[in-house]
Amino acid sequence: MNDTFASIVFFASPLVFAAVGETISEKAGVVNLSMEGLVALSAVIGFMAATVTGNVIVGFLAGMGIGATMAAIVAVSSIELGLNQIAVGFILALLGVALSSFLGDPYVGREGHGVPHLAIAGLSKIPFIGPVFFNQDLMVYGSYVAAIAATFFMFRSRRGLEMQGVGERPEAAFARGIAVNRMRYVYTILGGALAGIGGAAFSLDVKLGWQNGLTQNYGWIALAIVIFGGWNPARAAIGAYVFGALQIIALKMQPHVPSLSQVLGLTPFVVMILILVVIYLPTFRRAADRHPVVRRIFAGDPPSALGTVFRRE
Amino acid sequence: MNTAEAARRIGTRLTTSLIPILLALAVVVGLLAAVGAPPFTALGYVWSGAMGGSSQVGDTLMAWVPLTLAGEGLVITFAAGLWNIGIEGQIVMGAIAATWVARIGPDMPFVMLLLMFLAGAAGGALWALLAGVLKTKGRVNEIFGGLGLDFVAAGLAVYLIIGPWKREGIASTSGTEIFRPSANLPVVGTTRLSLVAVAVAIASVVLVWLLMRGTMFGLRLKAVGRNPASARLMGIRTDRYLLGAFGLCGVLAGIAGTIQVAGVWHKLVPSVSGGYGFLAILVALLAAFRALRVPPIALFFAIASVGSAQLTLLLYLNSAIGGVLQAVVVLFVILAGGWQLRRLSKRRSAAAAEAGAPATVAELQASGPAAPVETSGTTGV
Repeated sequence: MNDTFASIVFFASPLVFAAVGETISEKAGVVNLSMEGLVALSAVIGFMAATVTGNVIVGFLAGMGIGATMAAIVAVSSIELGLNQIAVGFILALLGVALSSFLGDPYVGREGHGVPHLAIAGLSKIPFIGPVFFNQDLMVYGSYVAAIAATFFMFRSRRGLEMQGVGERPEAAFARGIAVNRMRYVYTILGGALAGIGGAAFSLDVKLGWQNGLTQNYGWIALAIVIFGGWNPARAAIGAYVFGALQIIALKMQPHVPSLSQVLGLTPFVVMILILVVIYLPTFRRAADRHPVVRRIFAGDPPSALGTVFRRE
Repeated sequence: MNTAEAARRIGTRLTTSLIPILLALAVVVGLLAAVGAPPFTALGYVWSGAMGGSSQVGDTLMAWVPLTLAGEGLVITFAAGLWNIGIEGQIVMGAIAATWVARIGPDMPFVMLLLMFLAGAAGGALWALLAGVLKTKGRVNEIFGGLGLDFVAAGLAVYLIIGPWKREGIASTSGTEIFRPSANLPVVGTTRLSLVAVAVAIASVVLVWLLMRGTMFGLRLKAVGRNPASARLMGIRTDRYLLGAFGLCGVLAGIAGTIQVAGVWHKLVPSVSGGYGFLAILVALLAAFRALRVPPIALFFAIASVGSAQLTLLLYLNSAIGGVLQAVVVLFVILAGGWQLRRLSKRRSAAAAEAGAPATVAELQASGPAAPVETSGTTGV
C-alpha cells in the first residue's frame, strides 16, 4: 500500500512543478497558456541535452531554459507588443507539441537516464509518511521545495505580497512604486522555468526516455490544476497528487473495467468545471464570507488583473 | 490617398504579412536542414503530396472542409469576444451524434444523410451551448470550461467506441463498425473528395460573411464583443448574443464532425476531429476573424497538413513539421502585427493623437476578442 502511495507522489511530481510554475505566472497576472507545448518541448530538449552530454543535470537545465524561453515569448508579446496572452500562448502550445514530435523523432526509443534515489535519514523511518514522501529521488524532493517555497513566498513575504498586488491591482502596485511589468517578466519566466523542470522530469525521471505524445495532455491538466488549487501553490500540489491517485486507480481498474479507466482520466477537467461553477454560486460565496475556513479550503478567486496588459499612462 | 500614403500602406502590408511568412519558411528550412534532410526537396514533396494529383487534391480538400467550417464558426465567436477553445469537443460531439443516427437511422440513401447532418449540427450546438451556459450563468471562463468539455467529449467518444458501440466481439480503439452505405457521403471517382462537403463549406463562408456584415445580429454581436458593458447599456441582451454566437459556432463545428464521420472515416474513431478544431483557431487568428480570409488560409493549412504526411513515407521525417510550419507562420504574423502596432502607436502619440483612426488588421489581431481573460469574479454582482 505504501508503495502505491509512493508511486502516486512520484508520478505526480512533474505535474507539481508545472502547476506551481503556472500558479506563479498567473498570480503575477500573466496567463501562460502555452503549458501543453512548453512541457512537451522541454521534455524533448531536456532528454536530447542529457543524451548528448551524458549528464542528467544538463538535461534539466535545458528543460528549464526552454520553459523560460517560451514563457519569455508570452511575456514580451504581452508586455511589449500588447498582444493577447491567450492567442500567443495557444499558438505556442500547438507549436511546442509539433516541434517536440519533429525534433524528438530520432530520439524515440533511446535509453533513459534517471535521477539518483535518496532515502532521507530519519524522516524516511516515520510510519507511512516516511516511505511515501521521504524515500524518493531528488526530483521529487525538488518538487516539495518548489511548492512549499512558492507558498511561503507568496503569502508570507513582502515580495510575495507585492507580486499579488501586481496580479490583482497593477495600477495600485505601480502607484506604490512597484515596477509592475518588470515583476511580471520575472515571475512569468520563473514560472516557465519551473514548468520546464517538470517537462524534463517526464522524460528524464518518471518515464526514462522519449516517445511521441509522452507528455500528452499534461500541460492542459496543469492549467486545470491551477484553478483546482485556487491559485495557491500548496493546494495545486495537492491537486496534482489527487490527479495522480485517480490515474493509478484507473490503471489498476484497466483489466477489470476498461471503459471506466478512460472516464477516470477526465476527472480533473470535470472537477475543475464543477469547482468553477460552485465557487461562483451566491450561496457558496455567502458561506465563504461567514466561515473563513470554507474559504481557505475551497475558494480561490483568479487574480483580478489576470490576462490584462498594464500600461502606465 | 496620396502616393506616399499608398507606398506606406504597401510597406505595412509587407512587414505584417510577407516578411513573417518568409521568416517562418526560413525557420522550417533551417529545421529540415538541421535534421539532415534536403529542405527544398522536402518542401517540394509537401506540395506534390497535397496537390500532385486528383487523389491528393481530394484529400487536401477534405481537410480544407472541416478547417473552413470550424474557422467560420470561430469568426462568429471571436466577433463576440469569446475564445471558443471548446470547438474541438464540439466537432467530436457532432461526430458522435451523426454516428448515433448512422447506427439507428432509416437505411434510405438521402434521408439518412440529412438526418445525420441535422443530428451532428444539434450535437455540436448542444456542446457549444453548454460552454455558453457555463460562462453566462455559471461564470466559468469559456477557455477553461471549453478545454474541459473538449476532454469530456473525447473521453465520451473513446468510451462509446470501446463500450456500447464496440464492434462484434472485439473492443478496440480502432473505431466502431463501418457505416452502412446510405450513411456515407458520395465521392468523386476514386478520390475521397465529396462535393457535398465542399459545397457545405462554401455555403458556410458565404453565410457567415453575410451574417457578420449584413445583419443586425452581426452588428450587435460585434458591439458585444468590442465593449460588453456599453452594449449592455445600449439595451442589448449580451448573454443572449453570446449564447447565439456559441450556438452558431457549434452548428458549424457539428457539421464538420458529421463530415468527418460520413465523408472521411465512415465510422467513429477516437481521433475523429483530426485536431482540426485547434488548428482552426490558428486559421481564424491568421484571418484576423474575417470570414472571407478563412478559406484561403484554411487551404494553406490543409496543404501543409496533408502534404507533410508524405515526408514520413519519402524521407522518413516526422510529419509534425507541417504543424511547425503552420504554428510558426501564425506566431510570426501575430508578432509582426504587434510590433507594427507598437510603432504605429508610438508615431501616433508623437504626432499628438490623430483621433478616430480605423482599426487595422494588425490591431484586430493584436487585441483579438476584446476581453482577454474575463475573470468573471470581478465583473460586478
